[in-house]
Amino acid sequence: MKNRVESRPRSKPGKFGRYGGQYVPETLMEPLRALEEAYNKFSHDLSFKKELAGWLDSFAGRPTPLYLAANLTRHVGGARIYLKREDLLHGGAHKINNTLGQALLAKKMGKRRIIAETGAGQHGVATAMACAAFGLRAEVYMGSEDMDRQKLNVYRMKMLGARVHPVESGSKTLKDAINEALRDWVTNVQDTYYLLGSVVGPHPYPTMVRDFQSVIGKEARKQILLQEGKLPKAVVACVGGGSNSIGIFHSFLHDLDVDLFGVEAGGESLLPGQNAAPLIAGREGVLHGMMTYVLQDEVGQVQTTRSISAGLDYPGVGPEHAFLMNAGRARYATVSDQEALEAFKNLSQLEGIMPALESAHAISYAMKLAKSLGTRDSIIVNLSGRGDKDVEIIAKHLPQ
Amino acid sequence: MQSTSHSEDRIEAKFRELQSHREGALIAYLTGGDPDPNAFLANSTALIEGGADIVEVGIPFSDPIADGPVIQASSMRALSQGATPAGVLDLIGELSSQCHVPFVVLSYYNPILTMGLDRFLEKARESGVDGIVVPDLPVEESYEFRTLALKHNIDNIYLVAPNTSRTRLRTVLEKSKGFLYLVSLYGVTGPRDNLSPQALKAVKKVKSLTKGKVPVSAGFGVSQPEHVSAIIRSGADGAIVGSALVNIVSQHLESPNEAPHHLKSTVAKLKASTRRS
Repeated sequence: MKNRVESRPRSKPGKFGRYGGQYVPETLMEPLRALEEAYNKFSHDLSFKKELAGWLDSFAGRPTPLYLAANLTRHVGGARIYLKREDLLHGGAHKINNTLGQALLAKKMGKRRIIAETGAGQHGVATAMACAAFGLRAEVYMGSEDMDRQKLNVYRMKMLGARVHPVESGSKTLKDAINEALRDWVTNVQDTYYLLGSVVGPHPYPTMVRDFQSVIGKEARKQILLQEGKLPKAVVACVGGGSNSIGIFHSFLHDLDVDLFGVEAGGESLLPGQNAAPLIAGREGVLHGMMTYVLQDEVGQVQTTRSISAGLDYPGVGPEHAFLMNAGRARYATVSDQEALEAFKNLSQLEGIMPALESAHAISYAMKLAKSLGTRDSIIVNLSGRGDKDVEIIAKHLPQ
Repeated sequence: MQSTSHSEDRIEAKFRELQSHREGALIAYLTGGDPDPNAFLANSTALIEGGADIVEVGIPFSDPIADGPVIQASSMRALSQGATPAGVLDLIGELSSQCHVPFVVLSYYNPILTMGLDRFLEKARESGVDGIVVPDLPVEESYEFRTLALKHNIDNIYLVAPNTSRTRLRTVLEKSKGFLYLVSLYGVTGPRDNLSPQALKAVKKVKSLTKGKVPVSAGFGVSQPEHVSAIIRSGADGAIVGSALVNIVSQHLESPNEAPHHLKSTVAKLKASTRRS
């Protein structure tokens, strides 16, 4: 059944097949060029790499363990389920891998003002942490709807010294926070660095953020070989913008016997406006500077999205995922709000680990998948974040 | 036969005509279908009666990243009234059948992509559209679009910004038709009290490179008659006023019948400022 196509994008820089690109206002072309140049320079610079590795180890807490979820495995009855514990990182999610990388780059570029968007608030918190550590000024755009449902993260950002700008335009969620951050950047290009939080947006962001997140897969691949003596049957991760999934997929792209599964937010149903699953329910389009899959209506207006998890609540997806799906190298599926809540409960009670609602989508899919595989197989789930931020929402939805 | 030759390169012909009268062009913008189709038609007619040389119509989009709050709000109003790209092109068709000014459409790329590039351009041409601005389609991504625009005889109007390098400027210039849209400041669209300090410098820099090959019009933050005259005096061939006019529409949502009168007198003042002598 394996589709043995060329899995690595071979096209001009910034494109993954026909996806990606730079669909931005002219004013951003020059800062994007400067960013690409700086990134190309520093990503090959040994002292930059060493400095970043130091921060990842002693500040963020890398490497993270690969944990055999023995109770969950027994409960499901099938392949051994391993969890890549990105939830144990400083800040409680994988986001810090990227913010440390980009904040360090911004510092090298001589930028002192950092702007960012955030959905669930995890990227905002990780940005605030990195900026505080590096002595940079952080300003975070967040939809007012998301500020309501992720209050805790708003407080955390403020305590870490960041300014939080509520976004009242459009649907007041992540999509609009990105719009507002782009508008800020257009206005303040000369002294401002835009620290994007996912593998989305114009080139070079999808590539750069992927590179910073690929540490997840590099570690996980070594760890599974050490613990299992062979590669896993599958790797599973949730996909909002798609940074934790690309981060863990990337080291396995050439291991064609390892199936890669991305799990999108199925929300309440696959009807328009009731999910956040552009790869499954969307169509090709251009949003936020990239050609990708977009949830949109029949005349090209971007649709509102719905998911219990604010971090997946986004109508677009990283262009490399669009490419991997069409190339047949990764497969994508959805998990509903209800299934994610069930998975949250299972992992919490069976393993003593509360996953973020985002990651609970991946857990849910992995449980189904494990059941269909043999007991000699193993699968890795990227546990991209911890669930503390979600307890309020979960308390509302789950019977006590 | 006359109408065919008339439709060829109407934008450049307009700039030539104005130049011979020692005038700059006033390009007046409204968002298509805002606040509703009929009011939009009346408001657009008022722009032309006030003396607008070229009318620019925006196709409302859900995520207008190059626009400030004024045009964002107008887009949301139009969308809430059911405006669609095809519907707005039809409205332009009604206007162009009665008025003999060139029409320019501004649309973000996604609605165009959704309709299909060829179909969109064909329909635009049938509706009397002479030029098109796509603010999120830089020259690097626009090969296919530009080729099809040429085929349909629609001018693909590119934007340049204060930070566009000279090398890039030359590339964009080579591919420009109709006019070059100079973004006169760092920022999004929206009325400003003062012209940005970069504006006049940017006009001079761009004019020194175009050498008269393609007209240059400046917009973004150009909202007062004094801004228009300063832009024209510094050498620009045209001034683009958008948010200041959309503001008039939004100030008369309770009394939409009064908007055309105010639009007409405002445009007349702006137009008067384009005269060089």
